[in-house]
Amino acid sequence: MTTKPFTEVDAVEAQRILGSPQRPILIDVREQDEWDAGYLHGAVHAPKGTIGFTITNIAPEKSAPILLYCAGGVRSAAAAETLAGLGYTNLTSMAGGINGWSAAGLPVVETTTLTPAQKSRYSRHLLLPGVGAEGQQKLLDSRVLMVGAGGLGAPAGLYLAAAGVGHLRIIDFDSVEASNLQRQVIHTTDRVGMLKVESAAAQIRALNPDVNVEPINGMLTTENVVELLDGVDLVIDGTDTFEARYALNDAAVKLGIPVVHAGVFRFEGQLTVLAPGRGPCYRCLHPTPPPAEMAPGCGVAGVLGVLPGAIGVLQATEALKVLLGIGEPLIGRLLLWDALEGSFTELTVKRDPHCVACGDGTSKGGAA
Amino acid sequence: MSISVRIPPVLRTHTGGAKVVSVDGATLGATLRALVALHPALNEQIFEADNTLRRWVNVYVDGADARHLGGLETPTRDGIEVVILPAMAGGAAAPAGE
Repeated sequence: MTTKPFTEVDAVEAQRILGSPQRPILIDVREQDEWDAGYLHGAVHAPKGTIGFTITNIAPEKSAPILLYCAGGVRSAAAAETLAGLGYTNLTSMAGGINGWSAAGLPVVETTTLTPAQKSRYSRHLLLPGVGAEGQQKLLDSRVLMVGAGGLGAPAGLYLAAAGVGHLRIIDFDSVEASNLQRQVIHTTDRVGMLKVESAAAQIRALNPDVNVEPINGMLTTENVVELLDGVDLVIDGTDTFEARYALNDAAVKLGIPVVHAGVFRFEGQLTVLAPGRGPCYRCLHPTPPPAEMAPGCGVAGVLGVLPGAIGVLQATEALKVLLGIGEPLIGRLLLWDALEGSFTELTVKRDPHCVACGDGTSKGGAA
Repeated sequence: MSISVRIPPVLRTHTGGAKVVSVDGATLGATLRALVALHPALNEQIFEADNTLRRWVNVYVDGADARHLGGLETPTRDGIEVVILPAMAGGAAAPAGE
């Protein structure tokens, strides 16, 4: 009797190893219609017939632990043979398949509501461990407030829209000017003079019709900030005044909404994630703003166009991580980027127990 | 002994454009005093009249906020990096609408 080049486990053991620190990559090898009817939490879809081609994207490392399943355990065993033939060494097939899993009364089999067009559009996300159809659905159900449709908001908005973040509420009070186009790539030459929020909305709709854009022409103030944050999962802070930044911070802390904060100046930028209850808020970082005469005017300083582009894309990256619940968001960490040096510096930012917004003496205190 | 103090872009007009200034000092306070002795225009940017740090200016010693260490009494040693980080006006390269 020859030894199989893979291990077989039952559903209960499969569930145990999926919950272990050495969690394997979970691959569903069934056909599309079977997958559409429901699949296991965290699975990546790779039909048996083509798994020999798709596996290198899913698991570039041949020693990576892989757990395969199908409906009843036959096709996953065959797929494991195929992968063993390609040099994969850490393979497990779930005997009994998803049918056995359900029969064992194990936790819910997820179903996706992605349309065929969405499956195609987001196919590169669907391949990713940690995203998949489940994560994509999360993004489509997410609502983000973007404060500003300028240097930071332009790239952040484009990438969030491309990623399929389902609802983008954008507030800005400005109109597109020719001098914006050097960096604010969401706007175009023929839209100079148009309201920025209308220009941004047009570009986002052209990029991804899945996204519901809510353009708001105005300025974020202490009066309207709570209304602006209503129903929002996360904020991209592209504000340019201390008044707006502190108003946003204080309301976001009260409502428990994470803010991805960033700033740029000439050839340098900074970025952090302010997540209430999980790390410091903006007032922990800077308890008070400088008086106006001490705050250097950025308008005369200039900025390399690509700088807010890169930092805005990093903001979008952090936003997706927080929305998906993956990776290590920059919570309690302030990242500085010096583009001329090509260097990153990371500073540790701690929650201030005496913070007037989120400290121990406030209703939000003691959480972090 | 040499301590590198990193000057943020918004304050470089006060250091003649220098991004890093090397100074000596046994504590953070002494280090910053040596810095403003070299570049006096930085004094009012960094220090209050009573010689405490301006509230909107953060200073990091090897990546950690000095307020959570020993403040201006934080001991320094050869080769450490001090980063000065004032609050930045915004995601801004223009006075409005960024």
